[in-house]
Amino acid sequence: MKTRRIDNYGKINRDKILSFRWDKKNYKGFEGDTLASALLANNIGIVGRSFKYHRPRGIFSSGVEESGALVTIGSKDRRDPNVRATTQELYNGLEACGQNAFPNVNFDLAGINNYLGRFFAAGFYYKTFMGIPPLEWGKGTAIWMFFEKFIRKAAGMGSASGLPDPDTYEHAHDFCDLIVVGSGPAGVAAAIEAAEKKLDVILVEQDSLIGGNQLAENDFDNSQIKNQLENLGIKIMTRTTAFGLYDNCVVGLLERVTDHISAPNVNIPRQRFWTIRAKHIIVGAGAIERHIAFNNNDIPGVMTVNASKHYLNRYGVLTGKRIVIATNNDSVYETAHQLSEAGANVTVLDSRTNFEIETNKSFEIRKGYVPYNINGSKKIDSLDISKSETINKSETINCDQVLLSGGWSPAVHLLSHRGVKPKWDYNNACFLPSDTKENITMVGSSRGLWNKNDCIASGIAGTTDALNRLGLSKTNYFFPKPGGWKNPIQPLYEVKYKKSRSKSFVDYQHDVTTDDVRLAHREGFISVEHLKRYTTLGMANDQGKMGNIIGLSLMAELLNKEIPEVGTTVFRPPYTPVSIGALSGRNVGKHFRPLRVTPMHQWNIDHGAKMIEVGLYQRPWYYPKENETLSDSYIREASTVRKTVGICDVTSLGKIAIQGSDSTEFLNRIYSNGFSKLQVGKARYGIMLRDDGIVMDDGTSWRLAENEYFMTTSTGEAAKVMSWLEELLQTRWTDLNVNVTSVSEQWAGVSVAGPKSREVLNNCVDDSLVITNNNLPFMGVTSTFLKGNIPCRIARISFSGELAFEVYVKSDFANTMMDLLWENTKKYDGCLYGLEALGALRVEKGHVTAAELDGRVTIDDAGLSKMASTKKSYIGSAMRKRGVLKNNDREILVGFFPTNLKETFNAGTIVCEKNNIKGQGIGRITSVTYSPELGHWIGLGFVKGGLDKWKDTNLVGADPVRNKQMNLKVVSPHMIDPKGERMYA
Amino acid sequence: MIRINCPYCGERDHSEFSYGGDATINYPSLDASEKEWTEAIFFRKNIKGFQFETWHHSNGCRMWLVVERSTVTHEIKSVKPCHPDLQKVVENNK
Repeated sequence: MKTRRIDNYGKINRDKILSFRWDKKNYKGFEGDTLASALLANNIGIVGRSFKYHRPRGIFSSGVEESGALVTIGSKDRRDPNVRATTQELYNGLEACGQNAFPNVNFDLAGINNYLGRFFAAGFYYKTFMGIPPLEWGKGTAIWMFFEKFIRKAAGMGSASGLPDPDTYEHAHDFCDLIVVGSGPAGVAAAIEAAEKKLDVILVEQDSLIGGNQLAENDFDNSQIKNQLENLGIKIMTRTTAFGLYDNCVVGLLERVTDHISAPNVNIPRQRFWTIRAKHIIVGAGAIERHIAFNNNDIPGVMTVNASKHYLNRYGVLTGKRIVIATNNDSVYETAHQLSEAGANVTVLDSRTNFEIETNKSFEIRKGYVPYNINGSKKIDSLDISKSETINKSETINCDQVLLSGGWSPAVHLLSHRGVKPKWDYNNACFLPSDTKENITMVGSSRGLWNKNDCIASGIAGTTDALNRLGLSKTNYFFPKPGGWKNPIQPLYEVKYKKSRSKSFVDYQHDVTTDDVRLAHREGFISVEHLKRYTTLGMANDQGKMGNIIGLSLMAELLNKEIPEVGTTVFRPPYTPVSIGALSGRNVGKHFRPLRVTPMHQWNIDHGAKMIEVGLYQRPWYYPKENETLSDSYIREASTVRKTVGICDVTSLGKIAIQGSDSTEFLNRIYSNGFSKLQVGKARYGIMLRDDGIVMDDGTSWRLAENEYFMTTSTGEAAKVMSWLEELLQTRWTDLNVNVTSVSEQWAGVSVAGPKSREVLNNCVDDSLVITNNNLPFMGVTSTFLKGNIPCRIARISFSGELAFEVYVKSDFANTMMDLLWENTKKYDGCLYGLEALGALRVEKGHVTAAELDGRVTIDDAGLSKMASTKKSYIGSAMRKRGVLKNNDREILVGFFPTNLKETFNAGTIVCEKNNIKGQGIGRITSVTYSPELGHWIGLGFVKGGLDKWKDTNLVGADPVRNKQMNLKVVSPHMIDPKGERMYA
Repeated sequence: MIRINCPYCGERDHSEFSYGGDATINYPSLDASEKEWTEAIFFRKNIKGFQFETWHHSNGCRMWLVVERSTVTHEIKSVKPCHPDLQKVVENNK
């Protein structure tokens, strides 16, 4: 196979040969190549198949705007689909293959779609699945559900590996005075000017080399610039894309750390996601050359003019032998000259008739000519050209390449992220950035400047603008006027030739043709936003970087309007695709969210605990003895607590210290029940409502001293309650002298429950007198010492309904406390119990938790009306009485038994009346457990009207998710020891 | 990303803060009528432009702040402590 690489051109390192595989064959390239340049050098023209029609596609560009050469890189779990070959640096051993083709890109069976094109026009799926007239056969979701799997398989480009990503990604942060996006002449001038004015500067470049479009120049050497930037202390970030601008001058960057390395060090991340907080942003993102729509303008061998210049001068690849350049502007002539000098036979078709250009006559210029049709299918055979006034065949030129330049679009994307709409410039036939009040300045060709000196001047002006806005200078400056070509551009977006049915592409990536845009217009999708969604113009990887303007111009023509009247779709981040891995960074797997453990976490595990996640916390779930299942274990644990004694880690409860002379008044306002008469040395269960009268949380508060309380909250609501108390004290009740401090991490808590719990504690406290029934009655609190002089707080609180204590020590003493308690618990044949047994015990007692207090439930719903004081006002006291919360048909807390006691049920079961099993029913079951005490399954839940209404009626539990149904009996939620005799023992 | 200049900690990312709500509401006394409470809780103006709102520096100093922010541009004009006494302290230390 002939190589297209030519001597004496390019900045590649010809001493360093790299081998790579393309579609299972071996090839060679050089250090400094991209995959695209290496493929072109190896004379590989077809690199993919198009999205809908499976037409052969080649390489259109040399950069991020690429919409044809989307390939799959790597294999197995490192397979990365839809990578632009034009930006993928070559490395030794790189494996790549074409996409969207079977068996391969050269011969693709689905190529038949090309001939079925009229079935795949815009809106095909929308119309098809509206049903087939006249009876609208197939309307609805059923037919879609049937066809979906085939369509999904046919749609899309590459496929992901489906395996876990083996690479690591990192989030990184930085600050600077000025961030400059783009290292072309404008960006570099801005960065140097700023660094000389003592600003802290970051310069970001998406390419591996700095220089911007100067890299396409044959005499460009960036080493001097690089030294200068480095000597000025500028932080240069190459292979880094500024993909989005955000509020307050925050810039999102994606740094590709190892994507260009064949065997990266496993200890460094593949990509870094940077959040940069700058004081000012200068965007010198350059401009993107557009193509021109005409028949078969997608045949491999079509490319932008500037891309061909890149391949020649940067990579030493002459992309064609007989080249036709079609243009409407001055920017192509230097390239035409260089291509012909490099040995190609070049013809320039310029749609303009009146213009002057200086050339050395090494190539032919056809003034007033345009291309209208390419002949060939897998490669270009010849080009039909015509006079530009009326399109009629005047000549056919034999050629192997067609280079296009329909004008340049400044890369205004980043500014668009900030909601700044670009304005249309008629003289230059492009959108230019508008001004913004934010600290963002556009420089260089991204503000429509076409020559280098203007770009440099704009960079310096941009930095002066930044210094002025930052208040560091008050210097006058001006930006050069947009433009810079000798002859004006003549708008040319499409060459219409109606006598052919060939396709003329607007957007290569999604196979959007000029006919699709016209169809959208005929069917009324004339707003740009509708046009985009109906035809998919400007979607996918390239986001319409090349084709958008062409689509807009066509719609403008159809509507008899000007392009600015049609508008432009808003560019949104990211500028180029960002991998999900980079977004998640290290927050994956176990580190998806923070992990909280109690101070006796290891102790629990060492003593056989199986753990469960509760919010962020790891809590002991159950402690199986050998061969025990979860249910064996929790039933044994719960029975042991009722029979003798058990201990359970309850550290995850929220704990808040409340101090200050108004503490009592504070608690009295936030809890629905009275706290003003709570004595020192006593605790009280309390319920907090929200402003709107719904229950927020429940917990206990212990009065440790006249002006000091210790509050516990539920595990899940701890953070919310803390913020709430702070809000009240800092915003509403600023006259109260109260301090609140979260002490959740400072105290380790354990529940000692069961008839033998006092005996256990007797052996553990220094002075057993303090915990006698007299000295520590039910809801009593004491501060005392465990053996070994360990200070502790003990409250006689019961969640299980048994005689029980909660013991708290400073977290550092947690293991010592557990050792001490466990040693003594064992003496009474007691056990360690986990959350599952805790749940069983509390359901038996009818105690509510987060499963019941779900933010929809009132105090009355929860059957806790007696907790609502009538003697005082408190948060929510007015609103809990509003009509909707007082309806008779509200769902009230009840207990449930299966009518047939051998049956089981699950939480989530919907409670219905017999013969009326539908919808949301009349209630729901929120918590279930096997009750060791009662010997069958029991549940807590809600039913409209409560126990009074359904006492003797059989209801039905419907569980459609598990395809189950059972008869239910409504009972009092207090299923065991309703008088609470055991707790008071 | 909105950057909020916390009077205690300096300028920080908004991800350190939790949004509160309308800072201009005068909550009625606890014994006020249901009607007054309904007004205070459920009726809000949908302001286009600058509004005063509360933010909690929940992953920072835990202070509640009044932030004057534009709902259109996210521009922040002022940040003050909610508590009037602390407002004075910050004011005096300027």
